[in-house]
Amino acid sequence: MCKKTPLYDYHVALHGKMVPFAGYWLPVQYDSGIIAEHQAVRTACGLFDVSHMGEVLIQGKDALNNLQHLLVNDMSGMAIGRARYSPMCNERGGVVDDLLVCRTGEEDYLLIVNASNKDKDVAWIKEHLFGEATMQDVSEEYAQFALQGPNSMEILMELTAKENIPDKNYTFNQHVDIGGFDCLLSRTGYTGELGYEIYCRPQDAIALGEKLLAAGKNHGLIPCGLGARDTLRLEAGMPLYGHEMNDEITPLEAGLGFFVKMDKTDFIGKDALQKKGEPKRIRVGLEVVGRGIVREESPLFIDNKQVGITTSGTMSPYSQKAIAMALVDVANTKIGTKMEADVRGRRIPVQVVELPFYKRNK
Amino acid sequence: MSIPNNLKYAKSHEWVRQEGDLFVVGITDHAQSELGDLVFINLPNLEDDVIAGDALADVESVKAVSDIISPVSGVVVEVNEELLDAPEKINESPYEAWIAKIGQVSEEPELLTAEEYEAFLQEEK
Repeated sequence: MCKKTPLYDYHVALHGKMVPFAGYWLPVQYDSGIIAEHQAVRTACGLFDVSHMGEVLIQGKDALNNLQHLLVNDMSGMAIGRARYSPMCNERGGVVDDLLVCRTGEEDYLLIVNASNKDKDVAWIKEHLFGEATMQDVSEEYAQFALQGPNSMEILMELTAKENIPDKNYTFNQHVDIGGFDCLLSRTGYTGELGYEIYCRPQDAIALGEKLLAAGKNHGLIPCGLGARDTLRLEAGMPLYGHEMNDEITPLEAGLGFFVKMDKTDFIGKDALQKKGEPKRIRVGLEVVGRGIVREESPLFIDNKQVGITTSGTMSPYSQKAIAMALVDVANTKIGTKMEADVRGRRIPVQVVELPFYKRNK
Repeated sequence: MSIPNNLKYAKSHEWVRQEGDLFVVGITDHAQSELGDLVFINLPNLEDDVIAGDALADVESVKAVSDIISPVSGVVVEVNEELLDAPEKINESPYEAWIAKIGQVSEEPELLTAEEYEAFLQEEK
């Protein structure tokens, strides 16, 4: 059965086109449409409901030791108020989930996980928890917004003091008063733009959402749905669980080698990753040269030999070109390599291009 | 949702306008609204034989691909090539942005009137 986020009535009032996603009713778009919503985030600002994301609290003297064992990234030396991204691997080196760790206290870490993986994550963490550490699924205690786009900081300044706004990427402040509501405010996001994520109490969510929209009115802010969230992350070359990675795809294959700290003493999946060595296939960006759109799971061919498969694809609203990400045999990943995607029986020429497809001007 | 009275409708959300012997086909306002921003269209070739109930063309929104079903059987005599570069015209004015004209119509299944189509949309909800 599909659940409602605390913002369900707000979406309906805003004419959100509600669809089931990861067990929740969420808007795929509002009246403006996916393209306008996408462009708003690139040029002004967009407000997303991301309350479906799961929150898992790990606490105790051994909390950090547990994270070091569970995650492939190194969580040591992270100050309170810092956030860090990491894949979480299984023993085969495949990815259980990718998540964000926020250090909220001396021995407290809040994990932000994918909605579709939350139950799997909770079971996985529980199974591997050791020492003096507790784990708690606190997802029901939070509603979450993503406020993304070049005007996001100005909009926040209408509702809170400047010093409350985190000024570095991957940092956050707790108990920030935003328009009268108690929030955790992080400078994070999934769009490739300057942006923030705002965690609040579920009962405050609708009132806060309305305040944000009102404050953003003169800054070009519009509500945005899942459709734009997907096209934005794709343009920004960001992987999505279930597409660019899954239980069988390693973080190295997914192009996330930067986050895999093999010099860390011990973590789940390390042996398998070591044994596998250099990945034989790796994630690349593709631009469609021919006419058409290449979606996920289109086989890729060079001279009738399959060399890979696409994992995500769309029409890029920003560049107006069809783009895709794919897992491709390492030998064929050089920029400019030409291949063909099979789309419902039709061969469409594509070529390897650099990731990300879009990078903002800083 | 606009449903002009002078057109006929298929349950797969295409509209049909008869011009002499030709059947002009497009998609309804409801269809374009459900599909969202259209960014790509594949048109049939001239002289293609089409069969009522089979795919005539396909359109892609940002999110997904959808077939446009031919409401009649016949032969494609004209396609709206303007849409190749501007599929968004279907979103902007679905009843002007026709997709194909079909001639030599051999089979014309029962199509809905505007009133019947409106009732059908209510039922589908």
